[in-house]
Amino acid sequence: MSRDLSAILARHQHDPLRLVQILRDVVEEHGFISPGTITTLAERLSLPRGRVEGVAGFYAFFPTENAGRYRVLFSDNITDRMAGSVELRQRMLEAFQVRDGEVSRDGLVSIGTTSCTGLCDQGPAMLVNGRAIPRLTRARIGSISAMIHGQAPLDTWPANLFDIHTHIERKDLLLSTPLAAGAAIDAAIARGPDATVAQVKASNLRGRGGAGFTTGVKWEMCRAAPGEAHYVVCNADEGEPGTFKDRVLLSDYADLVFEGMTVAAFAVGAKRGFLYLRAEYPFLLAPLEATLAERRKAGLLGKSIRGVADFDFDIEIHVGAGAYVCGEESALIESLEGKRGIPRNRPPYPVTSGYLQQPTVVNNVETLAKAAFVVMHGADWLRVRGTGRSAGTKVLSVSGDVARPGIYELPFGATVREVLDLCGATDVQAVQVGGPSGMLLSRSEQHRRIMFEDVPSAGAFMVFDDSRDILQVLENFASFFAHESCGFCTPCRVGTALQRRMLSALAKGYGTRRDLKDLARVAKVMKASSHCGLGATAGNAALDALEKFKPAFEKRLGTLEVMPTFDLDRSLAPAREVTGRDDDEAHLSHEEEE
Amino acid sequence: MAIVTLTIDGLAVSGRDDETLLSIARQHGVEIPTLCHLDGLTDVGACRLCLLEVEGSTRLLPACTAKPVEGMVVHTSTPKLQRYRRMIIEMLASEGNHHCAVCVSHEHCELQRLAGSVGLQSVRVPYLYPDKKLDATHPLFVMDHNRCVLCTRCVRVCHEVEGAHTWDVGFRGIKSEIVAGLRVPWGDVESCTSCGKCVSVCPTGALFAKGATVAAMEKRTAFVKYLVTARRSKEWVGDILEEGDE
Ligand SMILES: Cc1cc2nc3c(=O)[nH]c(=O)nc-3n(C[C@H](O)[C@H](O)[C@H](O)COP(=O)(O)O)c2cc1C
Ligand code: SF4
Ligand code: SF4
Ligand code: SF4
Ligand code: FES
Ligand code: FES
Repeated sequence: MSRDLSAILARHQHDPLRLVQILRDVVEEHGFISPGTITTLAERLSLPRGRVEGVAGFYAFFPTENAGRYRVLFSDNITDRMAGSVELRQRMLEAFQVRDGEVSRDGLVSIGTTSCTGLCDQGPAMLVNGRAIPRLTRARIGSISAMIHGQAPLDTWPANLFDIHTHIERKDLLLSTPLAAGAAIDAAIARGPDATVAQVKASNLRGRGGAGFTTGVKWEMCRAAPGEAHYVVCNADEGEPGTFKDRVLLSDYADLVFEGMTVAAFAVGAKRGFLYLRAEYPFLLAPLEATLAERRKAGLLGKSIRGVADFDFDIEIHVGAGAYVCGEESALIESLEGKRGIPRNRPPYPVTSGYLQQPTVVNNVETLAKAAFVVMHGADWLRVRGTGRSAGTKVLSVSGDVARPGIYELPFGATVREVLDLCGATDVQAVQVGGPSGMLLSRSEQHRRIMFEDVPSAGAFMVFDDSRDILQVLENFASFFAHESCGFCTPCRVGTALQRRMLSALAKGYGTRRDLKDLARVAKVMKASSHCGLGATAGNAALDALEKFKPAFEKRLGTLEVMPTFDLDRSLAPAREVTGRDDDEAHLSHEEEE
Repeated sequence: MAIVTLTIDGLAVSGRDDETLLSIARQHGVEIPTLCHLDGLTDVGACRLCLLEVEGSTRLLPACTAKPVEGMVVHTSTPKLQRYRRMIIEMLASEGNHHCAVCVSHEHCELQRLAGSVGLQSVRVPYLYPDKKLDATHPLFVMDHNRCVLCTRCVRVCHEVEGAHTWDVGFRGIKSEIVAGLRVPWGDVESCTSCGKCVSVCPTGALFAKGATVAAMEKRTAFVKYLVTARRSKEWVGDILEEGDE
C-alpha cells in the first residue's frame, strides 16, 4: 500500500495544496480512504492528522470505509426520479440483496444516491466508480448488474454505455459565433490590458454563474489589487441541480472557454489559471487536457504567448469530489487549496484575497466564453441582444416534462412561455428556474421574463406538468440542501435538516398545520442569517410554494400528530452513567413533549 | 487602519476599521450574545447568535466577524433579532441532546444561559434526535457529541494556543462532528498533550473532565485571552522558550 501511496504523492509533488487531488487518486486506486492511509498522508505531507481526515470526510466521493469494488450512485435529482430512477434503483438493490447506501456482504457492490449529476437531458443517470452512465433503462440496469455479478473490469464494459449526448436545441449569439483560436487573445494584446478591461466593462457583461456581478468591474478590481501573483479561476463546478449548460460548453466549446480564461489572465496580469471541474464530469477530463495540450503547442498557453514578452499563462484542471458548496467562489478556493469546502468570511473578496490570499478572478464557464467574444468583436457584440440591465443572451438547461430537453440559448428578456413553447411543454403546472435555489413559478406566471430584473437564472429550467406532485419536488430539493450543507453555520446546518424532515412528513401526508408554520419560520431564518448563499437560498422553493401552491399543502395535511420513533430516554443512558444520576429527573418525562 | 464613526443602538460611537463590531459594541457597553466567539481566539462567525441588523441591508451580519463602515447604522436587539436568536438556540437544542438534568455542565452551561436570556422555555421545532457517540477513551477527559454545538472553540484553542491540532471538524452538514480521528478514539491520538484547554473552553457539557457529576463542571475561559496576550507581547518568556528556539 505504501508503495503506491508514494507514487501518488510523487505525482503531486508532496504538495499539501493538492490534498483533494491526492485523495481522489487514493480513492481511484483503493476504492476508499482507510485510517492508515490518513495517518501516512498526514505524516508525509506534514499536515495535522485531523486536517486530512476533516478533508476526507467532507467530500461525498471520498468513502472513508470500504464501499465495495463497484460503487454505484444513482443521480437523485427530481428529473431523474421523474424518469424512473427510483424503480431502477429498487431493482438493482433487490438483484444484489443490499440495502440502500450500504455495501453488499461480499464486498462486491454498494448502491446509493448522489446529488444531480448534470445529465438531466438524458436521465436517469448513475455513476459507477465515478464514471457516468446516462439514459438508464431496465435493459441497461440488467446488463450493468450482470457485469458487476461477473466482476467484469469497468474498462471492458461496452463503450456506448458511457456515451454522453449533446442536445443543443437553440443557438443564438454565443453558440453560433465562430472562433479562430487565438483571435480574442490577439485582439486583447492589440488593445492592451486596460482597454481590454474597459471593453468588457462597456459591454455590460454580467456573471452567468448566479450572482450577476459585472465582469468588467471584477476584472478591474483584481487588476488593481496589489499582490505577489494574480490568478484566474474558471468555475465549472455546475452543482445546481438541473443545470448542465457548462457541461455542453466544455464539451463543444472548450477552446472558447480557455480563450476567455487567457484573455482574463492578460487583463488582470495572471500567470496561473485553474479550471475547477466537478467530479461528476470525468468524461470531460481527457478531451479538455487534449485541448490544453493543443493550445500549448499552438503557443496560446505557456511562455511569451503570441510573442509578447512577459505574457506567460497556463491552466491546470482541478477536479472536485462531490460538494455543491464548492461552487461558491470562496469555498471553491478553499478546495483548490486542498481544504474542506467551507465558504470564507467576506470581505475580503477573492478579487483582493483569493487563492493563497492573492488577487483572484473567479468566473463562470459561460461568462468567460462570452468575455472572449466581447474582447474579439467589441462591446456591442453582446448588447445587440437582451435588455437594459441584462445584456446579451443566456444559455438555459431545459429538463423535466418537455418534448425536447437540452440546451437553449435565448436573449435575456425571453418569457417563460416562449421557452415552454420552444421545448414542447404542455399542461405545465410549475417551472423551477435557476434550480432548487432559484424561483418556483406557477402556471399563471408564464409571462415572466428570464433576466436579472425579473427571474434571474444560473441556467436551470425544470418543467413539471399537472401529473407531478409539488410536495415531492420540494422534498427532493430539501434533501439536496440537507445533503450539501457544509455544516459550518447553525441556521443552514440545522435548518436544512429540519426542512427535510418537515417536508418529508408533509409529502407523506402526516404533516400538521404547525409544520407549515415551522417550515416558513425555518426558511426565513436560514435566508436572513446563513453564512453563505447555500443556506440563504435553501428555503426559497418552500417559501415560494407556501405562497403559490397552498392547496397542495392543505390537501395533504394529516390528522394525527406524529409520535417520534426515537427513544430519547434510552439515548440518555450513557449520560446518566457518566454523571452518576439515575433519579426521576434524569429520565425523560412527558412534559418535554409539547 | 482608520477611525470610523457609526451608530449602535442609537449611540454615536467610533472605532478602528480593523476591529469587529462586537468589540466596538462591547467597548461602549452594548452587550451582544455570543457562543462561538471567545476572547483570544480567531473569530469564525459560525453560530450566528451575534447577528446584527444593519440599516439598508436585508442580510444580517455577525458582530464577531463584521467590520465597521463609516456611517453604518447598527441595531443589536430588535424584535426580529430576538426572534431569530431564539430560533437559532432552538435549532442548537433540537440538533443535539440537551437534557440538562443529566449534564455535567448543568447551571454552568453557556447554551443554557443563552436559552434563559432569550426566554426560551421549550423547543418549538421538531427534535432531530441524532444518535451520537460518547467518547470516554481519553484518560482524563470525555467528549459527549450529543452536547456539542459545533462552535469549534476546542478546535481553535488546541490549534492556536496549544499548537497540537488534535481536533478538527469532520464530515459535513448535519453529520458534522468534531473529530480527533474518524472512528479513531481521542485516547489513541498521539498529538494530544492532555493540557485540558479544549475542555476549559467548551461552552457546554460536550467536553468534560472524568469524574465530574451533574452540575460539577464549571469552566474558566479567561485564561485564553490572558495566554494569547501574554504571548503576543512576549511577556511570558518561559512559554516562548519552551515552544521553540527562535
Ligand atoms: C452554494 C453556491 C453554489 C454555487 N455554484 C456555482 C457553480 O456551480 N458555478 C458557478 O459558476 N457559480 C456558482 N456559484 C456562484 C459563485 O459563488 C460565483 O458567484 C461565480 O462563480 C462568479 O462567476 P460569475 O461572476 O462569472 O457568475 C455558487 C454560489 C453558491 C452560493
Ligand atoms: S449557509 Fe450552509 S453551506 Fe453556507 S456556510 Fe452555512 S452551513 Fe455552510
Ligand atoms: S487536551 Fe489540549 S492537546 Fe488535547 S485535544 Fe484538548 S486542547 Fe488539544
Ligand atoms: S466540543 Fe465543545 S468546544 Fe468543541 S465544538 Fe463542541 S461545543 Fe464547541
Ligand atoms: S459569536 Fe458571532 S457567530 Fe458565533
Ligand atoms: S446543561 Fe445543556 S448542554 Fe449542558
